[in-house]
Amino acid sequence: MSDVVEKTLTALPSLLSLDSQPGSAKLSSTSKLGNLIRGITELTSKHEEEKLIQRELASIKEQVSSPNTSMRQMKELMVRAIYCEMLGYEASFSYIHAIKLAQQGTALEKRVGYLAVSLFLNESHELLLLLVNTVLKDLQSTNLIEVCMALTVVSQMFPKDMIPAILPLVEEKLNHQKEIIRRKAVLALYKFYLIAPNQVQHIHNKFRKALCDKDPGVMTASLHIYLQMIQENPEGYKDLTASFVTILKQVVGGKLPMDFNYHSVPAPWLQIQLLRILSVLGKNDQSTSEIMYDVLDESLRRAEMNHNITYAILYECVKCIYTIHPKSDLLEKAAKCIGNFVLSPKINLKYLGLKALTYVVQQDPKLALQHQMTIIECLDHPDLIIKRETLELLFRITNAQNVTVIVEKMLDFLRVSTDDYTTIDLVGKVAELAEKYAPDNEWFIETMNTVFSVGGDMMQPDIPNSFLKLLSEGFDSVEEDRKLRLFAVDSYVSLLQGEPGKLPQRFLQVISWVLGEYSHLRAELQPSTVMRLLSKLLDTKNTSSETKTWVLMTMTKLCEGAAGVSVAQEVSEAYSSSLDTVLRQRAQELQHLSQDSELRARVVPRDAGLEPLEVDSSLSFLDGFVSEALAAGAAPYKPPHQRQEELAQAKALSLEPYGLSLPISISSCSIADRQSPTLLSMSSGLSGDSTDLSHKGGSTTLKLDGVKRVWGKEGYLAQREPVEETAQVEVPSPFRSPSQQAEADSSHSQTPTPVPTPEPTQEKQQLASSLFVGLSSQSSVCLMGKSESAPQRFRRKAKSPSSSSGASEQISNSLVSAPSTVDNLLCDNLLDTNITSELAVSSPTQTSQLSQSLTTANGTCDVELTDTKGSNHSLIRDLSVAVAADPSPHEDPDKPKDFSSHLPAELSGFSHSEITPLCSNQSLDLSACHVQQKDSLVLVVFIYNSSDSDIQQILLELDSDDLEVSGVCGSPVQEVGSQSVAVCQYSLSVKRPSVHVEVGGVVSYQLPVGTPQSAQFSYKLPLTSFIRPLTLSTEEYGTMWLAFSHDTKQNLTLINEGQESLAATLNVLKKKLQLHIVEIIGLEGIVACRLLQDQPCLMHCRVHAGTLAVWLRSPVPDLPDCLMYYCQRALQEH
Amino acid sequence: MQFMLLFSRQGKLRLQKWYVPLSDKEKKKITRELVQTVLARKPKMCSFLEWRDLKIVYKRYASLYFCCAIEDQDNELITLEIIHRYVELLDKYFGSVCELDIIFNFEKAYFILDEFLLGGEAQETSKKNVLKAIEQADLLQEDAKDAETPRSVLEEIGLT
Repeated sequence: MSDVVEKTLTALPSLLSLDSQPGSAKLSSTSKLGNLIRGITELTSKHEEEKLIQRELASIKEQVSSPNTSMRQMKELMVRAIYCEMLGYEASFSYIHAIKLAQQGTALEKRVGYLAVSLFLNESHELLLLLVNTVLKDLQSTNLIEVCMALTVVSQMFPKDMIPAILPLVEEKLNHQKEIIRRKAVLALYKFYLIAPNQVQHIHNKFRKALCDKDPGVMTASLHIYLQMIQENPEGYKDLTASFVTILKQVVGGKLPMDFNYHSVPAPWLQIQLLRILSVLGKNDQSTSEIMYDVLDESLRRAEMNHNITYAILYECVKCIYTIHPKSDLLEKAAKCIGNFVLSPKINLKYLGLKALTYVVQQDPKLALQHQMTIIECLDHPDLIIKRETLELLFRITNAQNVTVIVEKMLDFLRVSTDDYTTIDLVGKVAELAEKYAPDNEWFIETMNTVFSVGGDMMQPDIPNSFLKLLSEGFDSVEEDRKLRLFAVDSYVSLLQGEPGKLPQRFLQVISWVLGEYSHLRAELQPSTVMRLLSKLLDTKNTSSETKTWVLMTMTKLCEGAAGVSVAQEVSEAYSSSLDTVLRQRAQELQHLSQDSELRARVVPRDAGLEPLEVDSSLSFLDGFVSEALAAGAAPYKPPHQRQEELAQAKALSLEPYGLSLPISISSCSIADRQSPTLLSMSSGLSGDSTDLSHKGGSTTLKLDGVKRVWGKEGYLAQREPVEETAQVEVPSPFRSPSQQAEADSSHSQTPTPVPTPEPTQEKQQLASSLFVGLSSQSSVCLMGKSESAPQRFRRKAKSPSSSSGASEQISNSLVSAPSTVDNLLCDNLLDTNITSELAVSSPTQTSQLSQSLTTANGTCDVELTDTKGSNHSLIRDLSVAVAADPSPHEDPDKPKDFSSHLPAELSGFSHSEITPLCSNQSLDLSACHVQQKDSLVLVVFIYNSSDSDIQQILLELDSDDLEVSGVCGSPVQEVGSQSVAVCQYSLSVKRPSVHVEVGGVVSYQLPVGTPQSAQFSYKLPLTSFIRPLTLSTEEYGTMWLAFSHDTKQNLTLINEGQESLAATLNVLKKKLQLHIVEIIGLEGIVACRLLQDQPCLMHCRVHAGTLAVWLRSPVPDLPDCLMYYCQRALQEH
Repeated sequence: MQFMLLFSRQGKLRLQKWYVPLSDKEKKKITRELVQTVLARKPKMCSFLEWRDLKIVYKRYASLYFCCAIEDQDNELITLEIIHRYVELLDKYFGSVCELDIIFNFEKAYFILDEFLLGGEAQETSKKNVLKAIEQADLLQEDAKDAETPRSVLEEIGLT
């Protein structure tokens, strides 16, 4: 068939020229659209085209607004308007007429009207509201075509707020006798589910009916909804697994009508959709996975024809097999399948093969080995897409031995890549690999230089940050550190002597910081020389003021000697009147400090390494905060790289290990188990990276760590340790030398390329052996690597109750550079003055016993300069200290169990919610409850002092986006005695309704000794706490009803108690939600309530076809929706 | 699927269907960039492209490029077949379709697309059913039109 198309399409030019040719071209040339199109093709310049279209648009505009234009002409005008818009010219005047056409036209015109609307508007366009009535009317039409048109437009775009208006009609269509209508209705509901899931929650059972529909088309359509729902909640649909498997079996077995065959493959779209659903259901679930093994096997077997469509199914099958709980013979078949893809001469299949390989390579590194020659060929592929995917694959198999080759390949690619997205992504990966596996100093610095130059100002900001931190923290050997820094200084000086104007700003900032800190290491390098080089930067036009700030700070560190001071004076004078305040500030500092060498020595001490500043780099003092946040449902922290990568991973096969030889190194555990929620991503990436680098001084033979990831997919990898140990012992993979392997492979590879001449083959094999080194000997290496490398890694200690430090991860016991303004800029909260944290220090070889040697650090930092840092600094300090002081938050035996006795007397008569803990730490416990009074809601906060001393200056501050908060009783608490409770009351009212409203707060306080502290908390309460009955008469209700603008409608379940079902249902609502029943008249009831203080909401109910049609109205936006939610819940729970 | 574009070898847009809400400005920008990128690719190259955070699947039929944007987890090959099925449908409907058919009857091409893909998902994969639906709608038009004369040239094409 495609041949036919090709043929006819190639015959096209002749068609164009022959006027006498019968067919569409000739016929349409007489129409107005035809004239327009012809007119355009005859034009030669863009300018002429513009003129012609403007003329055309003007004429269309005139005609559409003329009252004499018939709908038929209107239809023709719309088609022309669509055409003009497609050419890129705006025709917004026609939008309203498109809606009118859809509304008033007969079938033919209506169809064009709907089409124009769907092309012109998007779902947030306000004009779309005008379409609602038309859609309503057409949905009720007896003409099937009109119903179809309405459903089609609804499934493409519909205003979210108006869904309730048409929902009952669309639902009705699920029972329509025509399958095309049922199918479109299902897809319309799918669309609703995507944009407003809670609106269609009540029709889930109808989806099941659609799934069981006798028409395969309707069933297929329902799978879209199921895939979506199952992805959101796999647990809820496990019972359907068997049904999906049965359907797939029938499809694969050819039980569907022939109509659904595509190139004699039965319903491929359906198959793929089912495979996708199965993979979600079977993930991490052995018993569910077992149900689907048979059908997966059959799918693999049946898909044997050599056609794209079978490959599409196979690919989905392979993905599924690697995602669900593994079964060895299926995995084997899937691996063979991947092999067929990779070796295929068709480039599209090769691409998918590489993609599949990338995602399974960590579970099965041998697979990459098998295809190493193909991979190498792909690396030189002329198509950048193939190359890019190959690099992605290589990135995942990088280890300490092949890192130089792989990084070189990546940098080569980066130099030619023009796409920003690719550059940002790859630069991040190179930096990650360089830090993880750098073989030596020179290589590391040079690689990072390229990263900074190529990545420029686009790259993730944590790359330069972590680089600087790595440089300043150093590793285990002082000598190594010195060499690294020295090399960096040399390299940067030579760069500055070249053409620094071409370097990106970020790189210049890195350079200036490093020179400021370490240029003294090179004795023969005069500070004034460096300063002159830097001052050249200041004069360059392209240099941003941020960079200039960095340069000025560097100069502050360097200005010594007469020559230096004179440069400093010159520069500071030039910038002391700068318009940029920060720059001016730095210039002032430079000016003062350059004149007062004594002060300068104190502010920026050079050999600060002598007095190491100890820092809790793991941020363990935040653990309490983190676990609280996690408990409250916060997502675990992931650094930007990982997030990006996960996005990329989500697209294909699972990396979840199932026992087999997935080599997760110990180091990954030590790093990954910390999920810091703070902005300080650099420290997290770094502590692990530095450990990896730190043992590079050791014997090189022991660095064979295989493929490893520092971050696991879920972040926390610690619990997998045991699995992996056993697995590695169990699976000794036979060692084959890479070159042997390569030969074996190339001999049976069916690549289209001619047999390579001996010489290039040799080259490629060399490349292969350098790329795939360390992979083949996977398991044995891991065993060795483990015993050797484990002690070198910094592992997080188990939290022991006796140790007050909790789990403070040690940073390398090396030099941390002197506190300076730059340091402060870089890591504000790390270099803080007041943290008294414990630091575990141990030699790298004694990690197993590292728990004991604790030293108390009291870092001293210069206060004068930190003051310039601004307010966010103090915020961080307060928070961190509060949590840091928390040794064991939940183990206080004296904590009073029941605060209710402390409830103020005036509130004791009212019902109060359960008292829930808000936050607690060493000295304070905060709990709260809310009390519902007739006209108000009071939040009561109990502050319990669990320490042995009085706590003073307690300040409780509440704040909320949703709520108005005001204090109730006089002066806020100032002081709480030891072991006693203070109570604060706040009156709350709703600013903006939502289903749950939340109030957040900070408590700050002062212990008798020590610094001010603070802790954060939040309290969540349902909107129903603010609902009170509203008493009014039926007449009043009537007038109010008409006045309110916000409304929502929905059908709710009726409580079935015979004749009185309406009354019974309303009574349940009355009891549960505190509504006032105004009147019940026959099958209708009216109910009223108010939201504190005086915001009314009215409800109108009608019993209709066994359900309760509820209509809520209120002057407050969102209130009807929220209330509907609670009504629905109340009735469901009943 | 996020959107589908049809454009000619000269870079002229012939059809555009967006399944995600975007502003006109973004649409224009995306179209311009994509047309440029795709046209610059050589015939033997991979039909898949990584572009921004999307995956582009394209195929050329004679002078027309069919180009779809899908999300990362979507299946590239099946998207390629969606394009092919669409071409088959056009071919069947117009009777050996050519670019001119699509230019002059683009609204028909849209109608067919809407019967085949709805909201970015394959709606009906049976060729027979899609064409039946279109024919029924066309027939209805004819009925409505019988009263009026003369027949619009445009409609005749659709019915040939």
